[in-house]
Amino acid sequence: MTPLFQVKELTKFYGNRIGCKDVSFDLYPGEVMGIVGESGSGKSTLLNCMAGHLTPDAGEVLFDTRADGMRDTVSMSEPERRMLGRTDWAFVHQHARDGLRMGVSAGGNVGERLMAVGARHYGDIREQAIDWLGRVEINAERVDDRPSAFSGGMQQRLQIARNLVTGPRLVFMDEPTGGLDVSVQARLLDLLRGLVREMGLSAIIVTHDLAVVRLLADRLMVMKDGHVVETGLTDQVLDDPQHGYTQLLVSSVLQV
Amino acid sequence: MIEISGVSKSFVLHNQGSAVIPVMQDAAMTVAPGECVALVGASGAGKSTLMRMIYGNYLANAGQIVVGDVDVAQAEPREILALRREVLGYVSQFLRVVPRVATIDVVAEPLLQVGVDGAAARARAEELLRRLNIPERLWSLSPTTFSGGEQQRVNIARGFAHSFPALLLDEPTASLDATNREVVLSLIEDAKARGAAIVGIFHDEAARERVCDREIDVTGFTPGMAA
Amino acid sequence: MSDYNFAYLDEQTKRMIRRAILKGLAVPGYQVPFASREMPMPYGWGTGGVQVSASVLTPEDTMKVIDQGADDTTNAVSIRKFFEKTAGVATSEETSKADVIQTRHRIPEEDLREDQILVYQVPIPEPLRFLEPRETETRKMHALEEYGLMHVKLYEDISKNGAISTSYAYPVKVEGRYVMDPSPIPKFDNPKLEMAAVQLFGAGREQRIYALPPYTKVVSLDFEDYPFEASKADHACDLCGSETSYLDEVIVDDAGGRMFVCSDTDFCRSRRAAGHVGAQGVPYEEDVA
Repeated sequence: MTPLFQVKELTKFYGNRIGCKDVSFDLYPGEVMGIVGESGSGKSTLLNCMAGHLTPDAGEVLFDTRADGMRDTVSMSEPERRMLGRTDWAFVHQHARDGLRMGVSAGGNVGERLMAVGARHYGDIREQAIDWLGRVEINAERVDDRPSAFSGGMQQRLQIARNLVTGPRLVFMDEPTGGLDVSVQARLLDLLRGLVREMGLSAIIVTHDLAVVRLLADRLMVMKDGHVVETGLTDQVLDDPQHGYTQLLVSSVLQV
Repeated sequence: MIEISGVSKSFVLHNQGSAVIPVMQDAAMTVAPGECVALVGASGAGKSTLMRMIYGNYLANAGQIVVGDVDVAQAEPREILALRREVLGYVSQFLRVVPRVATIDVVAEPLLQVGVDGAAARARAEELLRRLNIPERLWSLSPTTFSGGEQQRVNIARGFAHSFPALLLDEPTASLDATNREVVLSLIEDAKARGAAIVGIFHDEAARERVCDREIDVTGFTPGMAA
Repeated sequence: MSDYNFAYLDEQTKRMIRRAILKGLAVPGYQVPFASREMPMPYGWGTGGVQVSASVLTPEDTMKVIDQGADDTTNAVSIRKFFEKTAGVATSEETSKADVIQTRHRIPEEDLREDQILVYQVPIPEPLRFLEPRETETRKMHALEEYGLMHVKLYEDISKNGAISTSYAYPVKVEGRYVMDPSPIPKFDNPKLEMAAVQLFGAGREQRIYALPPYTKVVSLDFEDYPFEASKADHACDLCGSETSYLDEVIVDDAGGRMFVCSDTDFCRSRRAAGHVGAQGVPYEEDVA
């Protein structure tokens, strides 16, 4: 099996300050990787560099494209990268309002990616939008409502539907359950797990919530001050952390 | 099926003055298909630690832990995950599941993971839940709200859903009544009969006598405790 | 006349605007930025169109100005007077006699010729604006031909109203490349955008000029199952009886009385002059108009 996605010595500086430095890893099809660390550890910088939202200072971000196999997405042209962003890649923002068009109906939000890749049949677009709303447990009656009329959890589910409708192969998620009530988080996690398995998605999830990665991620990468300090199987890293920082992180979680 | 040699482990507590706590030294054991081996030894001797290292949950510092054709001590995460999916089952003492998922789906999940179709997986899950005396009215509920004994039985059903060639059992009969204990022991016997290699921790001596072919005293691998 | 440079703008400014126009003609539908000048009228009163007209006028030209099809509304009258005063050019209300026609929100009913120029006043040149407010992003979307969002707007229309309810400023795709806002003309006029005359679009406040060379291919966006329709009120003109022209609805009394009349006043007058009479019309007399 060949990797779907490879990151090689990815480095980003903000002036003299390190954003992230020399990050390398391979992600295989169907794998879910968690990136954990505190605020300021560089995990969001890393995610944004990988997803093409930030330009890294050094390193490569390779993706196994359908047409031409492994390509460095950092050096590919912007139109190609943006095309990837609406087809094979998806990005789930922490705040749904960053990932949704708040003035556009739920159906329009889901349909946008379809229209962006050339869908021009209203009936088909609407049918797919309703199908996806169902898959993220939003009632079909809400298809014409704007996301501003939705609860936080619904908005996040809508954002996920909007991202997955074109059948991407790699999903980037930035704190997908952040800011949601615990019960809403659980529902979302369950939904994400199901979708990841059904669609055979690969995913990279950035979070500071260790419970989230335990349930969603196969593998874990722990970051501190822009460096990766530990990687491994999720339960191994959480149950038998090797690095001092990871030990601190794990032991700092409040038990319920 | 399971071959362990020269395995050592110590915990380094970086945040407590980098204290090094050696917990395992030069552990070795072999389990053949169809065999059930009990890990014995005083509490704290490292029975669970060894079992967790076999599962890849704890990292071995040295040695080999070969399960099937994978050396767990060296393998990549995805190789261990594939091993856990296909080959190596684990019934822990605690049930850890996503909240809100129905019991029947929790039990069927390992089968779906190896590509069994939904209907067949549910049928197998129902069969196990029935055998383990989980009332049918609970099947559609999440097990997170169940009693300790019920959770343990759901955990066992999940562990036995797929016919793993290798199984790790951590106190499978703890907190069970006589009827259910009997069911679990017969499940273990069935697994042995189909050729599964089993490593177990049983505080229940009678159970151990009945299903285990051999005992391995892990005290022999405990640094400072070996006589 | 001698108090002003010909057509108000100085020659350097006109050259700058002409360069923008030429670039616009070379890349049909592309919004060319230009250094819009302060004009002696407020933004929203056609400052973009006036600057474009001033830059293409020659002293020999005859000019016509219409506002929503009419030659006699405030906006049209003021701009016509502006050019009479600053350029001294001849003006006319007859479409066929004009060399340069400045328009707000309509295309004349009569087919234009290759030797004519139609200048549009444009309030908001960016068709993607209402869905994507960031100019940096919309420019990139034009550059990369990412126009899915335009259909999102049409999707929203259908989902709310059961049909594409956008009835003016209906977005078009030019020569299979740029999506363009045709200015707030009724969508009835969209098919006429493929014409013999040169069409220039000026947005003064937004500092953009764009253009359609003669016979440019202009396609109105739509869905396969909701095709574009150039609609108009389902009536005939009550003055001239035309069944093909775009109509205005006029309330005539407090009792709910109404009539439909051609929005293109010159078209209506010339039909009446030719003897056509509508349901509420009276035979044409030269002085009445």
